[in-house]
Amino acid sequence: MKMHRLLGATVIIAASVGMTFAASAETVAYKIVDDGIPKSLTGKSGDAKAGRKVAYNRKTGNCLACHKLPIPEQQFHGEVGPDLKGVASRYSEAEIRLRVVDSKKMNSDTIMPAFYRDSGFTRLQKKWVGKSILKAQEVEDLVAYLMTLK
Amino acid sequence: MKIRQLLLALTGTIAVAGLGLGFVVSQTTSAKAEGIRSGYTYATKETQGLQDDEMSNPGYLWVDTGEDLWSKAEGDAGKSCNDCHGDAADSMKKAGVSYPKYKDDIGKMQNIEQRINQCRTDNMKAKAWKWESNQLLSMTTYVRNQSTGMPVSVAVDGPAKPFFEKGKAFFNQRRGLLDMACKHCHEDNAGNLIRANVLSQGQINGFPVYRLKWGKVGSSHRRFRGCNKQVRAKPFKNGSDEYVNLELYVAWRGRGLPVETPAVRN
Ligand code: HEC
Ligand code: HEC
Repeated sequence: MKMHRLLGATVIIAASVGMTFAASAETVAYKIVDDGIPKSLTGKSGDAKAGRKVAYNRKTGNCLACHKLPIPEQQFHGEVGPDLKGVASRYSEAEIRLRVVDSKKMNSDTIMPAFYRDSGFTRLQKKWVGKSILKAQEVEDLVAYLMTLK
Repeated sequence: MKIRQLLLALTGTIAVAGLGLGFVVSQTTSAKAEGIRSGYTYATKETQGLQDDEMSNPGYLWVDTGEDLWSKAEGDAGKSCNDCHGDAADSMKKAGVSYPKYKDDIGKMQNIEQRINQCRTDNMKAKAWKWESNQLLSMTTYVRNQSTGMPVSVAVDGPAKPFFEKGKAFFNQRRGLLDMACKHCHEDNAGNLIRANVLSQGQINGFPVYRLKWGKVGSSHRRFRGCNKQVRAKPFKNGSDEYVNLELYVAWRGRGLPVETPAVRN
Protein backbone atom coordinates (compact mmCIF):
# COMPACT_ATOMS: atom_id res chain seq x y z
CA MET A 1 0.00 0.00 0.00
CA LYS A 2 1.43 3.32 -0.94
CA MET A 3 1.06 5.50 2.13
CA HIS A 4 2.71 8.54 0.58
CA ARG A 5 0.08 8.62 -2.10
CA LEU A 6 -2.82 8.27 0.29
CA LEU A 7 -1.41 10.95 2.55
CA GLY A 8 -0.76 13.29 -0.35
CA ALA A 9 -4.18 12.68 -1.80
CA THR A 10 -6.84 15.32 -2.03
CA VAL A 11 -9.87 13.94 -0.35
CA ILE A 12 -13.05 15.37 -1.73
CA ILE A 13 -15.85 15.37 0.77
CA ALA A 14 -18.60 15.92 -1.74
CA ALA A 15 -19.76 12.77 -0.09
CA SER A 16 -20.98 14.03 3.26
CA VAL A 17 -23.33 16.64 1.80
CA GLY A 18 -25.36 14.03 -0.02
CA MET A 19 -24.90 15.03 -3.66
CA THR A 20 -26.97 13.50 -6.38
CA PHE A 21 -25.40 12.63 -9.71
CA ALA A 22 -27.76 12.83 -12.61
CA ALA A 23 -28.64 10.07 -14.98
CA SER A 24 -27.50 10.29 -18.61
CA ALA A 25 -27.33 8.13 -21.73
CA GLU A 26 -25.89 5.04 -20.10
CA THR A 27 -25.86 5.53 -16.36
CA VAL A 28 -28.66 5.87 -13.83
CA ALA A 29 -28.72 8.57 -11.17
CA TYR A 30 -27.26 7.76 -7.79
CA LYS A 31 -26.95 9.56 -4.51
CA ILE A 32 -23.80 9.82 -2.41
CA VAL A 33 -24.38 9.78 1.33
CA ASP A 34 -21.36 10.19 3.59
CA ASP A 35 -18.59 8.15 1.93
CA GLY A 36 -20.78 5.83 -0.01
CA ILE A 37 -23.67 5.04 -2.32
CA PRO A 38 -26.14 3.22 -0.08
CA LYS A 39 -28.64 2.19 -2.77
CA SER A 40 -28.07 -0.46 -5.40
CA LEU A 41 -27.81 1.01 -8.90
CA THR A 42 -30.21 -1.61 -10.22
CA GLY A 43 -32.48 -1.73 -7.19
CA LYS A 44 -31.47 -5.36 -6.70
CA SER A 45 -28.50 -7.09 -5.14
CA GLY A 46 -25.82 -8.42 -7.42
CA ASP A 47 -24.50 -11.90 -8.17
CA ALA A 48 -21.14 -12.49 -6.46
CA LYS A 49 -20.13 -15.25 -8.84
CA ALA A 50 -20.67 -13.06 -11.88
CA GLY A 51 -18.83 -10.24 -10.07
CA ARG A 52 -15.76 -12.40 -9.55
CA LYS A 53 -15.58 -12.82 -13.30
CA VAL A 54 -15.96 -9.09 -13.92
CA ALA A 55 -12.99 -8.59 -11.58
CA TYR A 56 -10.61 -10.68 -13.68
CA ASN A 57 -12.03 -10.31 -17.18
CA ARG A 58 -9.69 -8.02 -19.12
CA LYS A 59 -12.54 -6.77 -21.28
CA THR A 60 -14.76 -5.65 -18.40
CA GLY A 61 -13.49 -4.81 -14.90
CA ASN A 62 -9.90 -6.02 -15.19
CA CYS A 63 -9.44 -5.12 -11.52
CA LEU A 64 -6.57 -7.62 -11.47
CA ALA A 65 -4.57 -5.17 -13.59
CA CYS A 66 -4.01 -3.14 -10.44
CA HIS A 67 -5.21 -5.21 -7.46
CA LYS A 68 -4.29 -8.50 -5.90
CA LEU A 69 -7.43 -10.61 -5.38
CA PRO A 70 -8.09 -14.10 -4.02
CA ILE A 71 -8.42 -15.45 -7.58
CA PRO A 72 -5.54 -17.96 -7.62
CA GLU A 73 -6.34 -19.52 -11.00
CA GLN A 74 -5.56 -16.20 -12.72
CA GLN A 75 -1.92 -15.36 -13.29
CA PHE A 76 -0.50 -11.86 -12.89
CA HIS A 77 -2.10 -9.68 -10.27
CA GLY A 78 -1.14 -6.03 -10.37
CA GLU A 79 0.31 -4.03 -7.51
CA VAL A 80 -0.76 -0.52 -8.41
CA GLY A 81 -3.62 -0.52 -5.88
CA PRO A 82 -4.06 -2.19 -2.49
CA ASP A 83 -4.69 -5.93 -2.04
CA LEU A 84 -8.47 -6.32 -1.95
CA LYS A 85 -8.43 -9.34 0.35
CA GLY A 86 -10.44 -8.32 3.41
CA VAL A 87 -11.85 -5.23 1.74
CA ALA A 88 -15.34 -5.98 3.11
CA SER A 89 -13.97 -5.79 6.66
CA ARG A 90 -12.52 -2.38 5.97
CA TYR A 91 -15.47 -0.82 4.12
CA SER A 92 -19.24 -0.96 4.09
CA GLU A 93 -21.15 -2.00 1.00
CA ALA A 94 -22.06 1.65 0.31
CA GLU A 95 -18.40 2.69 0.52
CA ILE A 96 -17.29 -0.09 -1.79
CA ARG A 97 -19.98 0.85 -4.31
CA LEU A 98 -18.77 4.46 -4.45
CA ARG A 99 -15.16 3.36 -4.91
CA VAL A 100 -16.10 1.24 -7.89
CA VAL A 101 -18.49 3.83 -9.36
CA ASP A 102 -16.11 6.78 -9.15
CA SER A 103 -13.11 6.62 -6.84
CA LYS A 104 -12.19 10.20 -7.82
CA LYS A 105 -14.96 11.32 -5.49
CA MET A 106 -12.61 10.18 -2.72
CA ASN A 107 -9.23 10.92 -4.27
CA SER A 108 -9.10 13.35 -7.18
CA ASP A 109 -5.56 12.27 -8.12
CA THR A 110 -6.16 8.51 -8.20
CA ILE A 111 -5.13 6.33 -11.13
CA MET A 112 -8.19 4.11 -10.58
CA PRO A 113 -10.75 4.68 -13.33
CA ALA A 114 -14.34 5.59 -12.57
CA PHE A 115 -16.13 2.43 -13.66
CA TYR A 116 -19.56 3.97 -13.77
CA ARG A 117 -19.25 7.34 -15.43
CA ASP A 118 -20.13 8.19 -19.02
CA SER A 119 -19.11 11.81 -19.59
CA GLY A 120 -16.48 14.43 -18.87
CA PHE A 121 -13.61 12.70 -20.70
CA THR A 122 -10.80 14.17 -22.83
CA ARG A 123 -10.20 12.84 -26.37
CA LEU A 124 -12.40 9.87 -25.89
CA GLN A 125 -12.32 7.30 -28.71
CA LYS A 126 -15.51 7.52 -30.69
CA LYS A 127 -16.74 4.05 -29.87
CA TRP A 128 -16.83 4.89 -26.16
CA VAL A 129 -18.79 8.12 -26.38
CA GLY A 130 -21.74 8.03 -23.97
CA LYS A 131 -20.54 4.73 -22.47
CA SER A 132 -19.31 3.79 -19.04
CA ILE A 133 -16.68 1.06 -18.49
CA LEU A 134 -19.18 -1.11 -16.61
CA LYS A 135 -22.95 -1.40 -16.68
CA ALA A 136 -25.02 -0.97 -13.52
CA GLN A 137 -25.53 -4.73 -13.28
CA GLU A 138 -21.80 -5.42 -13.50
CA VAL A 139 -21.12 -2.87 -10.75
CA GLU A 140 -23.66 -4.55 -8.51
CA ASP A 141 -22.22 -7.99 -9.25
CA LEU A 142 -18.76 -6.68 -8.35
CA VAL A 143 -20.03 -5.11 -5.14
CA ALA A 144 -21.63 -8.43 -4.19
CA TYR A 145 -18.36 -10.21 -4.91
CA LEU A 146 -16.23 -7.72 -2.97
CA MET A 147 -18.62 -8.06 -0.01
CA THR A 148 -17.60 -11.73 0.21
CA LEU A 149 -13.97 -10.69 0.81
CA LYS A 150 -14.15 -10.39 4.60
CA MET B 1 32.15 -1.65 -33.08
CA LYS B 2 33.85 -2.81 -29.90
CA ILE B 3 33.34 0.54 -28.22
CA ARG B 4 29.69 0.45 -29.15
CA GLN B 5 29.28 -2.89 -27.44
CA LEU B 6 31.09 -1.75 -24.35
CA LEU B 7 28.91 1.32 -24.08
CA LEU B 8 25.79 -0.78 -24.45
CA ALA B 9 26.98 -3.07 -21.71
CA LEU B 10 27.66 -0.09 -19.48
CA THR B 11 24.23 1.37 -20.04
CA GLY B 12 22.78 -0.20 -16.93
CA THR B 13 25.63 1.05 -14.78
CA ILE B 14 25.33 4.56 -16.14
CA ALA B 15 21.62 4.60 -15.47
CA VAL B 16 22.28 3.60 -11.88
CA ALA B 17 24.88 6.32 -11.60
CA GLY B 18 22.02 8.63 -12.61
CA LEU B 19 20.53 8.04 -9.16
CA GLY B 20 22.37 10.94 -7.61
CA LEU B 21 21.04 13.23 -10.29
CA GLY B 22 17.52 12.06 -9.58
CA PHE B 23 17.55 13.40 -6.06
CA VAL B 24 18.48 16.86 -7.24
CA VAL B 25 15.76 16.66 -9.83
CA SER B 26 13.07 15.64 -7.40
CA GLN B 27 13.31 18.98 -5.64
CA THR B 28 12.07 20.87 -8.64
CA THR B 29 9.79 18.27 -10.22
CA SER B 30 7.66 15.48 -8.91
CA ALA B 31 10.07 12.86 -10.28
CA LYS B 32 10.29 10.03 -7.81
CA ALA B 33 13.11 9.94 -5.29
CA GLU B 34 14.36 6.74 -6.89
CA GLY B 35 15.89 8.84 -9.65
CA ILE B 36 15.79 8.87 -13.41
CA ARG B 37 15.92 5.32 -14.74
CA SER B 38 16.10 3.92 -18.22
CA GLY B 39 13.49 1.37 -19.29
CA TYR B 40 16.49 -0.94 -19.57
CA THR B 41 16.69 -1.19 -15.78
CA TYR B 42 13.08 -2.47 -15.62
CA ALA B 43 13.54 -5.01 -18.40
CA THR B 44 14.14 -8.72 -17.80
CA LYS B 45 17.67 -10.11 -17.90
CA GLU B 46 16.82 -11.85 -21.17
CA THR B 47 15.67 -8.64 -22.83
CA GLN B 48 18.68 -6.76 -21.48
CA GLY B 49 20.91 -9.49 -22.86
CA LEU B 50 19.35 -9.15 -26.30
CA GLN B 51 19.92 -5.41 -26.24
CA ASP B 52 23.51 -5.61 -25.00
CA ASP B 53 24.77 -7.98 -27.65
CA GLU B 54 25.08 -6.22 -30.97
CA MET B 55 25.07 -9.56 -32.75
CA SER B 56 21.74 -10.66 -31.30
CA ASN B 57 20.06 -7.25 -31.01
CA PRO B 58 17.59 -7.26 -33.93
CA GLY B 59 17.52 -3.45 -33.92
CA TYR B 60 20.92 -3.51 -35.62
CA LEU B 61 19.26 -4.67 -38.83
CA TRP B 62 17.78 -1.17 -38.99
CA VAL B 63 21.08 0.45 -38.07
CA ASP B 64 22.69 -1.44 -40.96
CA THR B 65 19.97 -0.45 -43.41
CA GLY B 66 20.34 3.16 -42.25
CA GLU B 67 24.07 2.95 -42.86
CA ASP B 68 23.44 1.82 -46.44
CA LEU B 69 20.93 4.61 -47.04
CA TRP B 70 23.38 7.17 -45.63
CA SER B 71 25.57 7.04 -48.73
CA LYS B 72 22.85 6.44 -51.28
CA ALA B 73 22.25 9.43 -53.58
CA GLU B 74 18.57 10.15 -54.09
CA GLY B 75 16.49 13.02 -55.44
CA ASP B 76 17.00 15.70 -58.08
CA ALA B 77 20.07 17.17 -56.38
CA GLY B 78 21.81 13.82 -56.84
CA LYS B 79 23.16 13.87 -53.30
CA SER B 80 23.39 11.44 -50.42
CA CYS B 81 23.49 12.28 -46.71
CA ASN B 82 27.18 11.41 -46.83
CA ASP B 83 27.86 14.07 -49.50
CA CYS B 84 26.93 16.84 -47.06
CA HIS B 85 27.68 15.30 -43.66
CA GLY B 86 30.57 12.92 -44.26
CA ASP B 87 31.18 10.25 -41.66
CA ALA B 88 28.07 9.96 -39.48
CA ALA B 89 30.17 8.76 -36.55
CA ASP B 90 31.51 12.33 -36.33
CA SER B 91 28.79 14.52 -37.79
CA MET B 92 25.81 12.83 -36.13
CA LYS B 93 27.37 12.16 -32.74
CA LYS B 94 25.42 14.92 -31.02
CA ALA B 95 22.17 14.73 -32.99
CA GLY B 96 20.82 11.86 -30.94
CA VAL B 97 20.99 13.71 -27.63
CA SER B 98 19.67 17.11 -28.61
CA TYR B 99 16.42 16.59 -30.53
CA PRO B 100 13.64 17.76 -30.55
CA LYS B 101 15.10 21.22 -31.19
CA TYR B 102 13.49 24.61 -31.70
CA LYS B 103 13.67 25.70 -35.35
CA ASP B 104 13.38 29.37 -36.23
CA ASP B 105 12.22 28.84 -39.82
CA ILE B 106 9.15 26.85 -38.78
CA GLY B 107 8.66 28.62 -35.44
CA LYS B 108 8.26 25.34 -33.55
CA MET B 109 10.01 22.19 -32.42
CA GLN B 110 11.45 19.68 -34.86
CA ASN B 111 12.42 16.09 -34.04
CA ILE B 112 15.00 13.87 -35.75
CA GLU B 113 12.55 12.25 -38.15
CA GLN B 114 11.41 15.68 -39.29
CA ARG B 115 14.99 16.94 -39.57
CA ILE B 116 15.88 13.95 -41.76
CA ASN B 117 12.90 14.63 -43.99
CA GLN B 118 13.76 18.33 -44.23
CA CYS B 119 17.21 17.34 -45.51
CA ARG B 120 15.55 15.11 -48.06
CA THR B 121 13.12 17.69 -49.40
CA ASP B 122 15.29 20.83 -49.16
CA ASN B 123 18.83 19.58 -49.74
CA MET B 124 18.39 16.40 -51.74
CA LYS B 125 15.25 17.43 -53.58
CA ALA B 126 13.91 13.98 -52.77
CA LYS B 127 10.54 12.94 -51.44
CA ALA B 128 10.01 12.91 -47.68
CA TRP B 129 9.88 9.43 -46.22
CA LYS B 130 6.61 8.32 -44.67
CA TRP B 131 6.43 8.14 -40.92
CA GLU B 132 7.14 4.62 -39.64
CA SER B 133 8.35 3.55 -43.09
CA ASN B 134 11.29 1.19 -43.12
CA GLN B 135 13.54 3.93 -44.53
CA LEU B 136 12.69 6.62 -42.01
CA LEU B 137 12.93 4.18 -39.11
CA SER B 138 16.27 2.89 -40.38
CA MET B 139 17.75 6.34 -40.84
CA THR B 140 16.48 7.57 -37.46
CA THR B 141 17.83 4.46 -35.75
CA TYR B 142 21.17 4.82 -37.53
CA VAL B 143 21.53 8.52 -36.70
CA ARG B 144 20.56 8.09 -33.05
CA ASN B 145 22.82 5.08 -32.74
CA GLN B 146 25.78 7.40 -33.35
CA SER B 147 25.06 8.97 -29.96
CA THR B 148 24.91 5.67 -28.06
CA GLY B 149 26.11 6.12 -24.50
CA MET B 150 25.97 9.92 -24.58
CA PRO B 151 23.67 11.66 -22.10
CA VAL B 152 20.35 13.00 -23.38
CA SER B 153 20.34 16.77 -23.15
CA VAL B 154 17.58 18.75 -24.83
CA ALA B 155 17.22 22.53 -24.56
CA VAL B 156 13.92 23.45 -22.92
CA ASP B 157 14.51 27.14 -22.24
CA GLY B 158 14.30 30.21 -24.48
CA PRO B 159 12.08 29.68 -27.53
CA ALA B 160 11.59 26.00 -26.60
CA LYS B 161 9.95 26.93 -23.30
CA PRO B 162 6.31 27.26 -24.42
CA PHE B 163 6.53 23.95 -26.33
CA PHE B 164 8.07 22.28 -23.33
CA GLU B 165 5.17 23.54 -21.20
CA LYS B 166 2.69 22.10 -23.68
CA GLY B 167 4.44 18.73 -23.58
CA LYS B 168 4.39 18.77 -19.82
CA ALA B 169 0.68 19.61 -19.74
CA PHE B 170 0.04 16.71 -22.14
CA PHE B 171 1.92 14.33 -19.87
CA ASN B 172 -0.23 15.31 -16.90
CA GLN B 173 -3.58 15.47 -18.71
CA ARG B 174 -6.07 12.68 -18.10
CA ARG B 175 -7.41 11.12 -21.30
CA GLY B 176 -9.75 8.50 -22.61
CA LEU B 177 -12.42 6.39 -20.95
CA LEU B 178 -9.89 5.13 -18.40
CA ASP B 179 -9.19 8.79 -17.68
CA MET B 180 -5.48 8.38 -17.00
CA ALA B 181 -2.52 10.62 -17.68
CA CYS B 182 0.97 9.44 -18.59
CA LYS B 183 2.04 10.46 -15.12
CA HIS B 184 -0.35 8.05 -13.42
CA CYS B 185 1.48 5.08 -14.87
CA HIS B 186 5.01 6.36 -15.46
CA GLU B 187 5.52 8.72 -12.54
CA ASP B 188 3.24 7.56 -9.72
CA ASN B 189 3.60 3.85 -10.46
CA ALA B 190 6.99 3.24 -12.05
CA GLY B 191 8.29 -0.06 -10.71
CA ASN B 192 4.82 -1.47 -9.98
CA LEU B 193 3.26 -4.38 -11.81
CA ILE B 194 0.19 -3.54 -13.89
CA ARG B 195 -1.15 -7.02 -14.51
CA ALA B 196 1.84 -8.77 -16.15
CA ASN B 197 3.83 -5.63 -17.04
CA VAL B 198 6.32 -3.79 -14.88
CA LEU B 199 5.65 -0.10 -15.39
CA SER B 200 8.79 1.84 -16.23
CA GLN B 201 9.24 5.59 -16.21
CA GLY B 202 8.26 5.72 -19.88
CA GLN B 203 11.64 7.08 -20.97
CA ILE B 204 12.58 7.42 -24.64
CA ASN B 205 16.38 7.27 -24.48
CA GLY B 206 16.33 3.93 -26.31
CA PHE B 207 14.07 4.97 -29.21
CA PRO B 208 13.53 3.93 -31.88
CA VAL B 209 13.29 0.66 -29.95
CA TYR B 210 13.01 -2.87 -31.23
CA ARG B 211 9.85 -4.23 -29.60
CA LEU B 212 9.41 -7.97 -29.53
CA LYS B 213 5.65 -7.42 -29.63
CA TRP B 214 5.95 -5.34 -32.82
CA GLY B 215 8.57 -7.62 -34.35
CA LYS B 216 10.30 -4.49 -35.59
CA VAL B 217 11.70 -1.12 -34.67
CA GLY B 218 9.24 1.66 -33.80
CA SER B 219 9.31 5.38 -33.04
CA SER B 220 8.49 7.08 -29.76
CA HIS B 221 5.38 8.48 -31.43
CA ARG B 222 4.16 4.98 -32.18
CA ARG B 223 4.59 4.22 -28.48
CA PHE B 224 2.72 7.39 -27.49
CA ARG B 225 -0.14 6.32 -29.76
CA GLY B 226 -0.20 2.88 -28.15
CA CYS B 227 -0.29 4.32 -24.65
CA ASN B 228 -3.06 6.74 -25.65
CA LYS B 229 -5.09 3.93 -27.19
CA GLN B 230 -4.78 1.64 -24.19
CA VAL B 231 -6.60 4.20 -22.05
CA ARG B 232 -9.20 4.34 -24.82
CA ALA B 233 -8.22 7.84 -25.90
CA LYS B 234 -8.02 9.03 -29.49
CA PRO B 235 -4.33 9.12 -30.40
CA PHE B 236 -2.67 11.96 -32.31
CA LYS B 237 -0.88 11.52 -35.62
CA ASN B 238 2.76 10.48 -35.78
CA GLY B 239 4.75 13.68 -36.16
CA SER B 240 1.94 15.88 -34.85
CA ASP B 241 2.90 19.01 -32.92
CA GLU B 242 1.31 17.48 -29.84
CA TYR B 243 3.60 14.44 -29.93
CA VAL B 244 6.72 16.44 -30.83
CA ASN B 245 6.11 18.67 -27.78
CA LEU B 246 5.41 15.58 -25.66
CA GLU B 247 8.62 14.04 -27.01
CA LEU B 248 10.54 17.14 -25.87
CA TYR B 249 9.10 16.90 -22.36
CA VAL B 250 9.66 13.15 -22.11
CA ALA B 251 13.25 13.53 -23.40
CA TRP B 252 13.82 16.16 -20.71
CA ARG B 253 12.40 13.85 -18.02
CA GLY B 254 15.15 11.44 -19.04
CA ARG B 255 17.91 14.04 -19.20
CA GLY B 256 21.29 12.54 -18.43
CA LEU B 257 20.24 9.02 -19.43
CA PRO B 258 22.53 7.49 -22.03
CA VAL B 259 21.16 7.10 -25.55
CA GLU B 260 20.53 3.36 -26.03
CA THR B 261 19.25 3.23 -29.58
CA PRO B 262 18.34 0.60 -30.64
CA ALA B 263 17.03 -0.57 -27.25
CA VAL B 264 15.10 -3.84 -27.01
CA ARG B 265 11.79 -4.02 -25.17
CA ASN B 266 8.95 -6.49 -24.74
C1 HEC C 1 -5.41 1.42 -12.87
C2 HEC C 1 -5.45 0.97 -11.51
C3 HEC C 1 -6.70 0.43 -10.87
C4 HEC C 1 -7.71 -0.35 -11.41
C5 HEC C 1 -7.84 -0.88 -12.83
C6 HEC C 1 -8.62 -0.62 -10.34
N1 HEC C 1 -8.18 -0.01 -9.20
FE1 HEC C 1 -9.10 -0.06 -7.37
N2 HEC C 1 -7.66 1.15 -6.57
C7 HEC C 1 -6.54 1.60 -7.23
C8 HEC C 1 -5.74 2.40 -6.33
C9 HEC C 1 -4.40 3.07 -6.66
C10 HEC C 1 -6.42 2.43 -5.08
C11 HEC C 1 -5.96 3.15 -3.79
C12 HEC C 1 -6.82 4.32 -3.43
C13 HEC C 1 -6.77 5.48 -4.41
O1 HEC C 1 -5.82 5.67 -5.16
O2 HEC C 1 -7.75 6.23 -4.42
C14 HEC C 1 -7.62 1.63 -5.28
C15 HEC C 1 -8.57 1.39 -4.29
C16 HEC C 1 -9.65 0.53 -4.41
C17 HEC C 1 -10.58 0.21 -3.34
C18 HEC C 1 -10.44 0.68 -1.90
C19 HEC C 1 -9.56 -0.37 -1.23
C20 HEC C 1 -8.81 0.06 -0.01
O3 HEC C 1 -8.37 -0.84 0.72
O4 HEC C 1 -8.64 1.27 0.20
C21 HEC C 1 -11.51 -0.66 -3.85
C22 HEC C 1 -12.68 -1.28 -3.13
C23 HEC C 1 -11.15 -0.88 -5.25
N3 HEC C 1 -10.03 -0.14 -5.55
C24 HEC C 1 -11.85 -1.72 -6.10
C25 HEC C 1 -11.57 -1.90 -7.45
C26 HEC C 1 -12.35 -2.71 -8.35
C27 HEC C 1 -13.54 -3.54 -7.94
C28 HEC C 1 -11.78 -2.59 -9.59
C29 HEC C 1 -12.24 -3.15 -10.91
C30 HEC C 1 -13.57 -2.95 -11.31
C31 HEC C 1 -10.64 -1.73 -9.44
N4 HEC C 1 -10.53 -1.33 -8.14
C32 HEC C 1 -9.77 -1.38 -10.48
C33 HEC C 1 -6.21 1.34 -8.56
C34 HEC C 1 -7.00 0.63 -9.47
C1 HEC D 1 -2.46 2.54 -18.20
C2 HEC D 1 -1.08 2.77 -17.97
C3 HEC D 1 -0.29 3.66 -18.92
C4 HEC D 1 -0.51 4.96 -19.28
C5 HEC D 1 -1.62 5.88 -18.81
C6 HEC D 1 0.57 5.32 -20.18
N1 HEC D 1 1.42 4.27 -20.37
FE1 HEC D 1 3.22 4.29 -21.34
N2 HEC D 1 3.46 2.30 -20.95
C7 HEC D 1 2.58 1.50 -20.22
C8 HEC D 1 3.08 0.14 -20.17
C9 HEC D 1 2.40 -1.03 -19.46
C10 HEC D 1 4.29 0.15 -20.89
C11 HEC D 1 5.25 -1.04 -21.11
C12 HEC D 1 6.10 -1.21 -19.88
C13 HEC D 1 6.89 0.04 -19.56
O1 HEC D 1 7.95 0.29 -20.14
O2 HEC D 1 6.39 0.85 -18.71
C14 HEC D 1 4.51 1.52 -21.35
C15 HEC D 1 5.63 1.95 -22.07
C16 HEC D 1 5.89 3.26 -22.42
C17 HEC D 1 7.10 3.71 -23.06
C18 HEC D 1 8.28 2.83 -23.46
C19 HEC D 1 9.37 2.88 -22.43
C20 HEC D 1 10.56 2.06 -22.79
O3 HEC D 1 11.57 2.14 -22.07
O4 HEC D 1 10.53 1.34 -23.78
C21 HEC D 1 6.98 5.06 -23.24
C22 HEC D 1 8.00 5.99 -23.90
C23 HEC D 1 5.69 5.45 -22.70
N3 HEC D 1 5.06 4.33 -22.20
C24 HEC D 1 5.21 6.74 -22.68
C25 HEC D 1 3.92 7.10 -22.26
C26 HEC D 1 3.35 8.41 -22.43
C27 HEC D 1 4.07 9.61 -23.00
C28 HEC D 1 2.06 8.35 -21.96
C29 HEC D 1 0.96 9.35 -22.05
C30 HEC D 1 0.63 9.82 -23.36
C31 HEC D 1 1.86 7.01 -21.44
N4 HEC D 1 3.00 6.27 -21.67
C32 HEC D 1 0.72 6.57 -20.78
C33 HEC D 1 1.43 1.93 -19.58
C34 HEC D 1 0.91 3.22 -19.63
